[in-house]
Amino acid sequence: MSTQPLLQVREITKLYAANKGCADVSFDLYPGEVLGIVGESGSGKSTLLSCLSARLAPDSGSIHYHNRAGESLDLYSLSESRQRQLQRTEWGIVHQHARDGLRMGVSGGANIGERLMATGERHYGNLRGTAEQWMSDVELDIDRIDDKPTTYSGGMQQRLQIARNLVTHPRLVFMDEPTGGLDVSVQARLLDLLRRLVTELNLAVVIVTHDLAVARLLAQRLIVMRRGEVVETGLTDQVLDDPQHAYTQLLVSSVLTP
Amino acid sequence: MSSSPIRAGYNFAYLDEQTKRMIRRALLKAVAIPGYQVPFGGREMPMPYGWGTGGMQVTAAVIGHDDCLKVIDQGADDTTNAVSIRAFFRDLTGVETTEQTEEATLIQTRHRIPEKPLREDQILIYQVPIPEPLRFIEPSEVETRKMHALEDYGVMHIKLYEDIAQFGHIATAYGYPVQVNGRFVMDPSPIPKFDNPKMDNSPALQLFGAGREKRIYAVPPYTDVRSLDFEDHPFEVQRWEASCAICGSEESFLDEVVMDDQGHHEFICSDTDYCRTRLAQQEESA
Repeated sequence: MSTQPLLQVREITKLYAANKGCADVSFDLYPGEVLGIVGESGSGKSTLLSCLSARLAPDSGSIHYHNRAGESLDLYSLSESRQRQLQRTEWGIVHQHARDGLRMGVSGGANIGERLMATGERHYGNLRGTAEQWMSDVELDIDRIDDKPTTYSGGMQQRLQIARNLVTHPRLVFMDEPTGGLDVSVQARLLDLLRRLVTELNLAVVIVTHDLAVARLLAQRLIVMRRGEVVETGLTDQVLDDPQHAYTQLLVSSVLTP
Repeated sequence: MSSSPIRAGYNFAYLDEQTKRMIRRALLKAVAIPGYQVPFGGREMPMPYGWGTGGMQVTAAVIGHDDCLKVIDQGADDTTNAVSIRAFFRDLTGVETTEQTEEATLIQTRHRIPEKPLREDQILIYQVPIPEPLRFIEPSEVETRKMHALEDYGVMHIKLYEDIAQFGHIATAYGYPVQVNGRFVMDPSPIPKFDNPKMDNSPALQLFGAGREKRIYAVPPYTDVRSLDFEDHPFEVQRWEASCAICGSEESFLDEVVMDDQGHHEFICSDTDYCRTRLAQQEESA
């Protein structure tokens, strides 16, 4: 593993009101590492994720991204076009609601091909081939390639969203509750898929979830947030098996076991 | 050419002078940034939106006493829309009007570019219903403007991709998106893609007016206009197996006309002036 961090986050603050948003968050993310951000609703997880993925300018703090070319980029001093370029080439963003991340009006194949077309691919045959490859990689039926995502089930939409993001071979993927709203069996399949893709593609992932089981399965390191602040960080197993902060203890003990 | 008196109580070319200036300023900006949609304060015209109010405002802003105006609708000089707009400007400017492409200095058009190649001293004015080529995929105006600004045009190919996926070829036949001067993606108005190559490096100035959407854009003379396509599905124009039933042309854009209740049909030139000119030449040489 490279010693150069992919993402260097320093004292990021974005507050909508006192304790609403995220305050003073710092961490490093290394290539191939999966970082989980857990906490209750309203704890600032999603705000933090938006800041990290250059979709929401923070009030203060800095984020540096180390790109493929080896440059260290200060995210919020980049032009908007460079930010977008990063978002569609080196990054992926998987939204909680697939509808936010997909173009519902065009076919599944076009959804997968969009990023490639945006980065200059102009060969239909190649686009088609890549779309088919990714359909099967995320366990979608290739016969559905020309159907619109509106005709897909929730789980299928989520998998399509993942394919659409991974098609440009990003190095860093931001995921906001990717399994939220899915039933348990579909969730399990999606998690298996994610875990496989993350290992195969050596992806770095920042995953926001309120589901500790998801965090334990995917994340190597955890950040626990509460009321906009980081209350505990550490290796996932360490944090979940031996929680130090009172809130983390509460969180861990609140998990229902059937 | 001299102009005859205009209808009493009206300013030359209907619009007041300040409005014409405002439109000319927008036009100058549009010419300076080929393909960029310039917002302008569109005025109410004495006819409904969708009938060519944008094109008429542009015509009113650029027309002068020495101009000779031709108006076509779907290539024809004799359809209701073309006849009324021509009559409107004859009444309110007194300038000469013509049906012949080579005589005209201004040509206001809906859905076609004349078959006869245009010259440097001619201006082609298009009536545009929806100026935004990205609208079909992105309903937000704020977002489409940003996409233009950032040259974020990946989505344009999605439409073409969907065509091929669905029909096996690029089935978009009109309003076929173009990139102007290597920068802005532009909707060429609902002209058939048959006419797209005529826009490329045209000696004539091309102005576009969208009345309802209140946008003006332009392609200056001799500007690169490229139709979007895929490497393995290159841009192609329509071809017909038939030729024009009146003049026999095999090169022009043909309209299909139903002849009777038995389903017989014929193809005729959509450009009436082109067809008439050819016919006259054939009769002369016969």
